[in-house]
Amino acid sequence: MDLADLYRQVILDHNKSPRNFGRLVPADAEADGHNPLCGDRLHVSLRLAGDQVPELRFDGSGCAISVASASLMSEAVSGKSRAEIQALSQEVIRMLTQSNYTPKRDLGKLMALAGVHEFPARVKCASLCWHTLLAALAQPHATVSTE
Amino acid sequence: MSLPATTALAEYLDNSGRLRAERVRADFPILARQINGRPLSYLDSGASAQQPTSVLEAVNYYATHQHANVHRGVHTLSQLATSAFEGARETVRAAINARSTREIIFVRGTTEAINLVAASYGRGAVGPGDEVLISQLEHHANIVPWQLLCAERGARLIALPLTSDGQLDLDQFRTHLNSRTRLIALAHVSNVLGTVLPVQELIAIAHQHGIPVLLDGAQAIAHEVIDVQTLGCDFYAFSGHKMYAPTGIGVLYGREALLKAMPPWQSGGDMILTVSIQGSTWNELPYKFEAGTPNISGAIGMAAAFDYLRSVGRAAIAAHEHELAEQATAALQRIPGLKLIGTAPGKAAVISFTLAGVHPHDIGTILDHEGVAIRTGHHCAMPLMDYLGLPATARASFGCYNTHADVEALVRALHKVREVFG
Repeated sequence: MDLADLYRQVILDHNKSPRNFGRLVPADAEADGHNPLCGDRLHVSLRLAGDQVPELRFDGSGCAISVASASLMSEAVSGKSRAEIQALSQEVIRMLTQSNYTPKRDLGKLMALAGVHEFPARVKCASLCWHTLLAALAQPHATVSTE
Repeated sequence: MSLPATTALAEYLDNSGRLRAERVRADFPILARQINGRPLSYLDSGASAQQPTSVLEAVNYYATHQHANVHRGVHTLSQLATSAFEGARETVRAAINARSTREIIFVRGTTEAINLVAASYGRGAVGPGDEVLISQLEHHANIVPWQLLCAERGARLIALPLTSDGQLDLDQFRTHLNSRTRLIALAHVSNVLGTVLPVQELIAIAHQHGIPVLLDGAQAIAHEVIDVQTLGCDFYAFSGHKMYAPTGIGVLYGREALLKAMPPWQSGGDMILTVSIQGSTWNELPYKFEAGTPNISGAIGMAAAFDYLRSVGRAAIAAHEHELAEQATAALQRIPGLKLIGTAPGKAAVISFTLAGVHPHDIGTILDHEGVAIRTGHHCAMPLMDYLGLPATARASFGCYNTHADVEALVRALHKVREVFG
């Protein structure tokens, strides 16, 4: 277990300068996510165009892992269809929660989160944004919690 | 057969009467282990303190030589268990200077003690339009039971604001008391800020108005000698695991006159005198509030922990913790971007802080990697965090076994955090 596996350069960079940070007003769909363990709060807002998600923004407060994960997610899903996002989220969540999981597709920069699995206390930090995004897609104005 | 004799007091003190923390540390087997390949610096005693060998042995001795159910059998083991359990109650009574063992109720912990008072005393005393007064710095355990009670009874829950350095102002306190205030429930020591509330003065003022006071002593019990008669409190709640005893045991102290008038809370075996299908009568104190088989070994462990603290020397422990906290405070203030949260004078050995640009959760992970265990998050005090305008803090809390080496490890690890986050 090496700290450098968790705090990779990509993660530190996205934490320092989160992409797509902010809020779409009005949003076509949005959701709040809470991680009661550490007090992380995350808001995800989406623009929808038919089956596509052309734009996603997030804001809130959280640790480096949760901010970087949300930032990486915002880049990865913008412009994708619902089905693609569902498939991608499944892969990311599997990578975060299963040991030695090899993703079935190229996750690109999201692979920076592969080391989180070695830090069980931090898995929820990384997965919160994905659960929040899925909640927003399932129900346009939702609240989810990792507990 | 008997337990090993209590270690002589002198062993734990040097010639000038100061605590030999290294000697104390040797009593705690868990502190010898490594975490992530590094020596453990345990700075999370405020969440749960470690147990000394004497506590572990007392619990083990009971289980291997004396265990049976209490207050039930005529056989030898049941009598031994009953006498060990009731002996533990007497040890606790003496440790907090209650008038009688009838005032010592064994519960699961501070949370259960407060719930007991809310459910039993609260339902009788608090009615529609009445008020229950707490403060902004309470732990959730001293907020939510009162919220539920007030919702049920149509009463109002009022939270006293704090001064900027995290203290409770006596004049503010006075202005919040009125003819509808039925109960005051306050932390003795804040688990986040370390503020020690001026409880004796607060209680005196409350009693001038005829209002009873409950103190949440979870963060105080390990650090100072609690004398419930000197304090004058009506209820005092604390947990074993914050004072070097096992989890799952705690105590509610209550003034006998109040406890006597209160209805039972949980019901079942042991709390009754007679039961018929038409109705039942209640057992005497304290058993009226102890339904079911109690945590016998937990109570024995708690008594052993009180014995341990006494044998080491409470004054020396308090002085040692205070010195460590002062040393840590000075060292932390030299770390760039570090901000101390809670700077009340005379505060307990609990240090909350934030580090610019780094979330407390990340601090916690990196410190853990360096063998340093601290607490991070909202510390079960979300209203206080809102009040402070912070989502979370990092918190180092000190116990009798911490040494200067732990402070140095903390500072080194915080520099490592700065390194990772550039």
